[in-house]
Amino acid sequence: MNEILVLAEHRGGTLGDITWELIACGNTLAEQAGCSVAVALLGRDVGQLAEQLAAAVGDVVVVDNDRLEHFVSDTYQQALVQLIAQRAPALILMGHTACGLELAPAVATSLAIPLVTDCIGLTFEGDALTATRQLYGGKVSADVLCKPSDRYLATIRGGAFPADESPAAAGTISTAEVTIEEDDGLKRFIEYLECEAGEVDITQSDVIVAVGRGIKEQKDMAIVEEFASSIGGVLACSRPIIDKKWLPKDRQVGSSGKTVRPKLYIALGISGSFQHLAGIKSGGTIVAINKDPNAPFFTVADYGIVADLFKVLPVLKTKIEELKQGS
Amino acid sequence: MDIIVCVKRVPETTEADISVDPQGTGILDSNLPFVINEWDNYAVEEAVRLVEQLGGSVTVVSIGPEQCDEVLRRCLAMGADKAIRLTDDALADSDARATARALGQIIKDLPFDLVFTGVQAADDGQAQVGVMLAGMLAVPHATVVTEIAVDGDTVRVVRELEGGLGERLELKLPAVLTIQTGINEPRYVSIMGIRKAMKKELAVANLSEINLAGDQVGPAGSLTSVTRMFIPTVEQKAEILTGSVDESCAALADRLKKGGLV
Ligand SMILES: Cc1cc2nc3c(=O)[nH]c(=O)nc-3n(C[C@H](O)[C@H](O)[C@H](O)COP(=O)(O)OP(=O)(O)OC[C@H]3O[C@@H](n4cnc5c(N)ncnc54)[C@H](O)[C@@H]3O)c2cc1C
Ligand SMILES: Nc1ncnc2c1ncn2[C@@H]1O[C@H](COP(=O)(O)O)[C@@H](O)[C@H]1O
Repeated sequence: MNEILVLAEHRGGTLGDITWELIACGNTLAEQAGCSVAVALLGRDVGQLAEQLAAAVGDVVVVDNDRLEHFVSDTYQQALVQLIAQRAPALILMGHTACGLELAPAVATSLAIPLVTDCIGLTFEGDALTATRQLYGGKVSADVLCKPSDRYLATIRGGAFPADESPAAAGTISTAEVTIEEDDGLKRFIEYLECEAGEVDITQSDVIVAVGRGIKEQKDMAIVEEFASSIGGVLACSRPIIDKKWLPKDRQVGSSGKTVRPKLYIALGISGSFQHLAGIKSGGTIVAINKDPNAPFFTVADYGIVADLFKVLPVLKTKIEELKQGS
Repeated sequence: MDIIVCVKRVPETTEADISVDPQGTGILDSNLPFVINEWDNYAVEEAVRLVEQLGGSVTVVSIGPEQCDEVLRRCLAMGADKAIRLTDDALADSDARATARALGQIIKDLPFDLVFTGVQAADDGQAQVGVMLAGMLAVPHATVVTEIAVDGDTVRVVRELEGGLGERLELKLPAVLTIQTGINEPRYVSIMGIRKAMKKELAVANLSEINLAGDQVGPAGSLTSVTRMFIPTVEQKAEILTGSVDESCAALADRLKKGGLV
């Protein structure tokens, strides 16, 4: 089988974690299928990133072009499609990230090849690719079979394929030439926008009480706020609470919000979507309180209570206070 | 400013107990409530607001069975001017590519400056249809959009990236945008409002009426297919603290205390 081509992801001169996970995923698959892995690095002045990658994978192919300074899918698509034509990989792997969302379906459409997104498992049986992915917010899994093709494209979920601990031997860096058409003005990068810092930095707190859509009315925010402060924690949340503007954006935990590493994380009425869980990186204790026993959060929590959070909170607060006074 | 919004009717499953159907390739959904896909609701609201501001029309398009009309009527009540539903037995089991092809076939003959889809559908979470549609219509696209400002024949959008970061892009119209939740606050729709919108046009089309052959959609027109659905058997990592609320809270408080966490 031909090679597996991994698209490295980077922004602001730093490789994204997903890149190492893509490489790990590619390595496992390559072993299965008996083929090699190459990493495609597209960008401008990316020599240093290429060396970082070469220290971990055998084969790094660089497309260095002024027009690739910022990730804009139109130019990336042009470059990648040419690179694919040159190398004829059997599989192209990208992250299911803001970049992957923008680029992967465009490349798949232009090449008319099968695409499976947000994969948590990938296997080759002969030349046939099957992917495992989740549906219905993680409550159901599905196997997705691709029609036989010379080439497949898949995007993987962050965290689903842990990065290899020990990098392989030093590899080689090669460059590929592509031509990118004159700027047609159809799509242009203007600027990055940072999230405004608020008064509380949730990433600095040891105790986080996070709330989700289980809170159905704004007035109930006062109840959780009070609970959080009674145990010395700060209030954070899942995305729907931000969407309703009940808390400022800097309190959002997850892939498009903050990454937190508290000693204690108490999730109240949060289902546990992968985008939310991506923001909790800790060896700390995770507690989930949810009235749905099948909520995916229970698969990552250390302790769980299956109940209405509004019945639990006042009692839990009292119990904790009693214990504190007892000591 | 003519805006087309693609909307999908999906089952509401966040608090539901789900089981897989006997064929093992779908879920049993006859007892589930159905709603408009959350992301699409924001997309309809955004389209209606833009047209209120700039003039023009909003057309909502959905592929699905008759029950979709309920979702489409709701969109009309929100302020969309016209609805189109595409339905055909041959569309069953279409993947994102076949879905985008069918949507594109309808949309290409309509006047449009912008096409909105949701970032993803809450049921399959593929996040593919919008970008594929842009490819088929041969217009630029931007995904995960949280801000839109139209200026003449261009649109400036903010895309949401990772870790709270965003990016501003400029696209030439016409363009396809996939809309992220939180871009606005979707208006409330009353039964009264839905009743009033009954007068608005809801057209129903089948494949031959849009000049698509049955093998361009459905399994024949798709490159991927779901071969198995199953409830994941992950080990429940959490120790579930059972008993009355009093007992479970006491047990939790005790464990947190022992862990030195409170
Ligand atoms: C590109 C992209 C980026 C995203 N980034 C993020 C992100 O960074 N962070 C994030 O959080 N999300 C993010 N999301 C959204 C994510 O997909 C989910 O939609 C979101 O996390 C769901 O939030 P939730 O769990 O609060 O709501 P739901 O999924 O609706 O869950 C609510 C839960 O509350 C429970 N519940 C209801 N009432 C009660 C009660 N009285 N007591 C106890 N439990 C109750 C229910 O059983 C349910 O499990 C992103 C999505 C996309 C597409
Ligand atoms: N059956 C459908 N009818 C209309 N629009 C759809 C349909 N399926 C998907 N879409 C649109 O495509 C978006 C993304 O869906 P997906 O790629 O399946 O996650 C949705 O938010 C809708 O806007």
